[in-house]
Order: sequence, then C-alpha cells, then structure tokens
Amino acid sequence: MTHLIQLHEFDGGIHPPENKHQSTGRAIRTAPLPDELVLPLHQHIGAPSRPVVSAGDSVLKGQVIAEPHGFVSAPLHAPTSGVVAAIEDRQVPHASGMSELCIVITPDGKDEWQPHQSLCAELGVDDCDDISAADLVRRIRECGIAGMGGAGFPTSVKLSVGDNRIDTLILNGAECEPYITADDMLMRERARDIVRGAQILLQITAAERCLIGVEDNKPEAIAALEDALLALHEEHHIDVVTIPTKYPSGGEKQLIQILTGREVPSGGIPAHIGIVCQNVGTAAAIADAVDIGRPLISRITTVTGDAVSDKGNWDVLLGTPVSHLLAVSGYQPQKRERVIMGGPMMGFALPTTALPVVKTTNCLLAPTEKELPTNKPSMACIRCGLCAQACPAELLPQQLYWFSKAEEFDKAEQHNIFDCIECGACSYVCPSEIPLVQYYRFAKGAIREEQAAQEKAEQARERFEARIARQEREQAEKEAKRKARAAAAEAAQKAKKAAPAAATDAPAKTAATSSPELEKLQKQLDGAQAALTKTKEKLEAAKADPAMAEKVPVFEAALTKTQDKIKTLAKDIAAAKKAAKAAPAAADDKGDPNSPERLKKKWEMAQGRLDTAIKRLEQAEAEGSDKVEALRDGLEKQKVRVEEARQAWEAATIGQPAANAAAQGTPEPANDDLKRKILAQKDRVDKARERLSMAQAEGLDTVEALTTALSKQQDKLKQLEQQADAAGEV
Amino acid sequence: MSSILIAVIVLAALALLFGALLGFAAVRFKVDGNPIVDQINDLLPQTQCGQCGYPGCKPYAEAIADGDKINKCPPGGESTIDALADLLGVEPEPLDAEHGAEKAVPTVAYIREDECIGCTKCIQACPVDAILGAAKQMHTVITDECTGCDLCVEPCPVDCIDMIPVATDRSNWYWEAPTAGVELIATDRRPATAGGHA
Repeated sequence: MTHLIQLHEFDGGIHPPENKHQSTGRAIRTAPLPDELVLPLHQHIGAPSRPVVSAGDSVLKGQVIAEPHGFVSAPLHAPTSGVVAAIEDRQVPHASGMSELCIVITPDGKDEWQPHQSLCAELGVDDCDDISAADLVRRIRECGIAGMGGAGFPTSVKLSVGDNRIDTLILNGAECEPYITADDMLMRERARDIVRGAQILLQITAAERCLIGVEDNKPEAIAALEDALLALHEEHHIDVVTIPTKYPSGGEKQLIQILTGREVPSGGIPAHIGIVCQNVGTAAAIADAVDIGRPLISRITTVTGDAVSDKGNWDVLLGTPVSHLLAVSGYQPQKRERVIMGGPMMGFALPTTALPVVKTTNCLLAPTEKELPTNKPSMACIRCGLCAQACPAELLPQQLYWFSKAEEFDKAEQHNIFDCIECGACSYVCPSEIPLVQYYRFAKGAIREEQAAQEKAEQARERFEARIARQEREQAEKEAKRKARAAAAEAAQKAKKAAPAAATDAPAKTAATSSPELEKLQKQLDGAQAALTKTKEKLEAAKADPAMAEKVPVFEAALTKTQDKIKTLAKDIAAAKKAAKAAPAAADDKGDPNSPERLKKKWEMAQGRLDTAIKRLEQAEAEGSDKVEALRDGLEKQKVRVEEARQAWEAATIGQPAANAAAQGTPEPANDDLKRKILAQKDRVDKARERLSMAQAEGLDTVEALTTALSKQQDKLKQLEQQADAAGEV
Repeated sequence: MSSILIAVIVLAALALLFGALLGFAAVRFKVDGNPIVDQINDLLPQTQCGQCGYPGCKPYAEAIADGDKINKCPPGGESTIDALADLLGVEPEPLDAEHGAEKAVPTVAYIREDECIGCTKCIQACPVDAILGAAKQMHTVITDECTGCDLCVEPCPVDCIDMIPVATDRSNWYWEAPTAGVELIATDRRPATAGGHA
C-alpha cells in the first residue's frame, strides 16, 4: 500500500562525492572469528554496564556478560562461546583515545549458543500481536540494543516516550554520509527483517503509520523493501519513501523535517512532536531480538577506502579488532596510517588499529592520502558566509566560530550552539579550511564543563550552609543543656534548704500527698519541655526563613518564658522529691537502721548486683572484649561486698536472739562473739574454696597456694568451733 | 486667594498620599540582606577554602560588598576576578599572590585509608562535610562532594591525605580547541589554552 507522501526540504546541506559504489559490489560476508574479542563496557550513550562474569569463566554465545547500570544503559552479551580471558582497561574506539574497562573473550571456536527463544514462546502466547508494549521494550532492553546509526542511544530508553502520543514512526535508511553502505546492504539483503522490526515498533509506539526514508541513490534497497512490503500479504501502514540525496538528510531532525515537515524544537526530542525515529539496522536487530531471542552481538560494518583492496560489508562480531577486519579486507598500510571509524564527515581517526568494533561502528574507512587528503593548515575566515548556507540546522556557523575561538561561551550558547548536529557541512564548504566542527565540539565541551562546575559549586554552597546551620544548632543545644543543668543544680540547692523545714512541718502529710503531687508536677514539666522544643523548632524555622524574621523576637520571648517555667517546675519537683524522701525516712526513724530486715535487703541487693556482674563478665568473655579484666576485678569486689552484707545480716539475726536472751537475763557475750567469729571464718573458708575452684577451672598456677590457704582457714575454723564448744560446755 | 489655598491643600494631600504610599512600599517590599552579596557569592567558586582570609565564600562575598579587594580568591582565579570586576564595575586586578596561586588542574582529596588512624581531625576541618568516618574508624572522602580546598591536609597528624588531580574520563573529556594551522612549527606553538584536555 503506497501512500502519496508530500516531501519537504530542510535548509542547507551539501552534495559531497558519494563514493558508495566501491563497497556495494559484494554481498555481506561473515567476518572470520578473531583470536580475541575485546568488548568495551561503554558502547552506548549513558552509564557503562557492569560485568557479571569474571576472568576464567566460560561463556556461551549470547550469554549476558555485563548488566546495565541505571536506566540509560544497556547490557552486553558474549558474541561467541569461549573463555573470559580478562576484564581490564583497554584503549576503546572513542575520539579521546582513552582506556576503559573491557571484557576480553578468547573464542573456543565452537560458537555454541546458549538456549534462546522468541518472545512469543517465552510468554506462551499464540499470537505475537498480543504481546504488550512493556514486554517488547523489556526484551529490547535485555538484548542490549542501542541505536545502530552511530550515536548508540539505548533503544529501549528511546522507546519509553512517556506521555507523548506518537503518530508517526520513522525508519532511517537515508544513510547520507559518503562511503558508508552498511544500511544499504542491510536493506537489500534483510528487508524482511526491517519490515518485521517496523511492525514491532508500530506495536510498541501505537503509531498510525511508519515511513521508511531512503535516499534515491539506493534503488536496490528501495526495491527490496517494496518487495518485502508486498510479501506481507496483510494490511499495513508502512511506506517506503524515496527522498532526494543530500547530506545530511540522514540526520534525525533533518529526516523528520523531510518526511513530515515538522521541526524538532530546540533542546527537544522527536517524541515531543509525536515522532519516534529509529535506524533500519536497529529495526532489524529488534526483529531478531523479539522473534529469535538473539541479542545484539554482531553488526554490519563497511570496510572501504583505497587502502583496502577488498572493499565490502562484513557481518562482524562485536569486539572484533579493527586490524583483523582490515587484514581480511586486504589492507595495505600507508605511509601515514589513517583509519577512520565512521564516515569522512563525522567519523574520527583511530589512534591505533588494535581497537575493537563496537555497536556503533558502521564503517571503517582506510583512505589513501590522494583519496582523502589530510587537513591543510586553516586560513583566516574571510566571512564568505558559505557555512551559513550549508548549515542544515539554520545556525550561524561563522558567529559560532568566532565565539568558540574567543571562548565567549555564553554568546555561543545564545547562538544555539547546542542545536549544532556536528555534521561537518560547514567545514566541508569552508574555503579557508577551518576545522569549524572541532571548534564547536570544544565549545560544547567547555560549556558543559562550566555547567557541571556551576552545579557542583551550588551543591558545595548548600552543604557549607547546612554545615554552618548544624554547628550553630549544636552550639545552641549545648548552651541550653548547660543552662538546664545549672538551673537544676540551683533548684536542688534551694530544695535542700527548704527540705528540713518541710520535713519537720508535716512529714506524714507530705508522705501521703507527695506522690500524686509529684506526678502532677512531672506532667507539667514534660508539657513545658515539649513546648520548649516546639518553640525552638519554630524559632529555627523563623530564623531560616526571611519572611518570618519579624516573628523571631516573639518566639524568643516565648522560649525564655517556657524556660523560666521549666526552671520553676524543676525546683518544685526537686523540693517535692526531697520532702517525699524525708517523709519515709522520718517514718522509718523509729526502727533500727541495722535491723535484720534492712540488712537482709542490703544483702539481697548486693547479691543481685553480683549476679548482673557475673552475667556481664560471661558476656564479655563470650565476646572476647577487652573489658574482661576490669569486670573480673569488679566481680571480686562485689563478692566481698555481698559477703560483708551477709555477715552483717547473719550477725544481726544471731545478735537479736542473743539480745533477746540478754533481755531475758542470760547474757552470753563471749559466746556470742565466738559465734560471730566462727561465721566469719566460715565465710572465709567458703571464699577460699571458691577461689580455689575458680583457679582450678582456669588452670592457674596459683592452685597450690590457694589449697594451702584453704586448709589453713579450715584449721582456724576448727579451732574456733572447738573454742565455741568449750565455751558452750562451760 | 482661595485658588492658592486649594493648590496648597491639594499639593499637601498629594504629598501625604504619596508619602504614605512610599512608606507602605518600603515596608511591604523591603529587601532583606544585601542583594549584591548573593550576586557576588554566585560568582565565587564555593570551595569554602578560606584562602581569602574569610571563613567561607559567603563571608568573602560580604566583605567584597563592603569594599574588600576582589583578587583574593585563588580557586576562582582570573575568570572569577574578571566576572567580579564585570559585576561591580571595577578594574580587574591580578590575583593577589599572598593568598596562594591558582591551581593548574582541579584536585580532590584522597585518604590513604590503611594509614588513617581515625582521629576525625579532617572531618572537623572539611567545610562541606565531604569526609565520612568516626572516631577510631577509617575515614574516606566523598569525591563527588569534595571541592579540593586543601583544608583537610594540614590537620592530618599522619599526613595520609593527598590532593590528586581529578581524573579525566569519558564523562568529562571533550575535544581540544584546534590549534591555528599556521603554528605547525613546534617552536611557534603556544601553550595549550585553558580547558583543553589531552
């Protein structure tokens, strides 16, 4: 079904020699397997992927070897089966010539696939048209597809158009740059896959129509696509549109303008005007990904230029070294070796041929000096204005040149330097041979760097201010705490003075009423403290917000008021507590402070402390903490205290009957004394025994000494007992 | 006579009216603080290094607004001095060497972690809270937040902090400015202009 499409034109553009026929003479050949595949983790725009294999792992063809990191990222797959030789920094094909992390795979030659299946089979649906857009996009992401026209933007991200309604899908088969024929050959040989990819993309974007734009210098490709559309035998809205040959009609914005007449706004993306544009190579890769489950592990690359004898297109595994591809194409190194990745207009010269082919490598151009002379020294700008006529983005290249050269970046920005697509048309027409695009690239980079620095400065300012605010707050808190402590101390002092009077006044009454009163006061204090913190917060907020500045004194006044209240309350509470304490003491005064009950309590309390100390020691020992020694010391002391308390109690209990007996008129002071001594001695024996057993358990060398000590103590005890017996008999 | 009286009354009434209006506007649209301070502060590099002699960029901005010299900021260097001169309408002056020299490349602090004793001195010195750590625990610098102010280097008792140049990677690399073609002879070449990277 062919619709009549009204074509539009974009301003500017040039007609450089096409030089395409050299590489279209032969069908696409599969490049032989190299000895080593080098896969950079950063082959797409966005964040580099993260390796999920390690050196020495065996991988199968199509296996994920790196996972995407973040939304704008893409995974990486093993292009063939083999062993991961290394994950290391290698020089990557980038204009900077930098080294980045790469996964190096040594192929085992078996080319063994990991199991893969179509998305229909995976989801278990009968009709592939039923698959949801989300599932399709997920599959595209999992297969690591990134724009194959040259930019390498992750396709799944490009297809996530958000709320923008898409009406037109455009497949870019213009391939306007001289020398490159990868898309041309792909369209000729795999037109069906491209059409299938178009159908899938229509399903995802829900666009009404699809336009495949192809320049009129590729009649074979157009015919192949038309045939593929005819072979569909079903209703479709896909049209192949022949557009006039002009550089750079393959630019995304330019192609959209040619096909629809719509212009992508400055700083916008095509989705904003209801259009999604994909490269034909990307469409074919999507068809493979959805219908076979084949991830992006190879691509078609043109190898051309007079320095190679066997020009043509290769289906080449990602990671294949450029030198390998050149070698199989019959490359004769020139005096000044120059291999360009990409085309002559937008490509960049490789620093070495040891670099790998990546997802965006559509062409390797190895020209001779005669074919493509190196840049001559640039001359002064003569203000001829040819560049402005050639610019497809309707910019003023001459002005941008002056601004970039003088580093007047703000002016360059005002002249929309970021709308420059770096197509090189201006440099091509420049009679003074000024490397204009390089100036723009420099200016863009410098502006981006400046913006990043600005952003960072802003962040640093915020952090600095936050830090100052925090320090002030901490200072204020410290001050408040100090004041509160001082107030409490003052209150305690006053309460001390007030307490005796209160106690003598009405001890019983205070004792009866103190606790509810205390509770009430405590509640009031809590409330006041809550109010204080709230007021403080408000004050902080008011201080931070200039609009509330007038309220600051109000809040401050409230703050001091609340603080005063707290102070008085604290005083009251202290007084009440003192009174409460004094009351039971007064009530208890009648009793003997050394009564057996009290002593027993003391002993029990000491025993409780001992238990906790033992527990702590055990815990510390279990944890191997360095506190063990200190805890052991503490334990010993506590044991002594417990013993003392017990002795005191026992003495008291024994003393009491004795006292009773004394009251009855039978005093036995000597006997009593002896008994006490015996008890004390018994304790000593017990202690000695305990120590001995501990020493034995720990295997200390003090065992012997302790044994003698124990026997001595036991002897003493026997003596005392004998004495007691003797006294009793008397 | 009455016409003169009317004129006087009318003028007096108008004067009162406009006076009230101006008074109201002065209260209602009062600008807090000095707006020029914020403008100056925006131009300063926010490293908070204190090399100007003030405890941070904002205090220096306030000082400039009060008439201090504009050439005391080594991290900002010439470009900041030019921008400040532009804003304030004064003559740009060369950087005051007393406060230090402009760094050739931006740097970030790096703590050699196995040498760190966990004294927290650098944490207290960092003006932007870019150092993470606790007492007797190893410290480390959050490089994304580090302004390269050097303030942490001095307090370190074991000298385990290095200032290392910010590494260039693909995210911050960009094309060098083309050299003018006529300078093909090596001795004619000028040193690379600012901003270019290898």
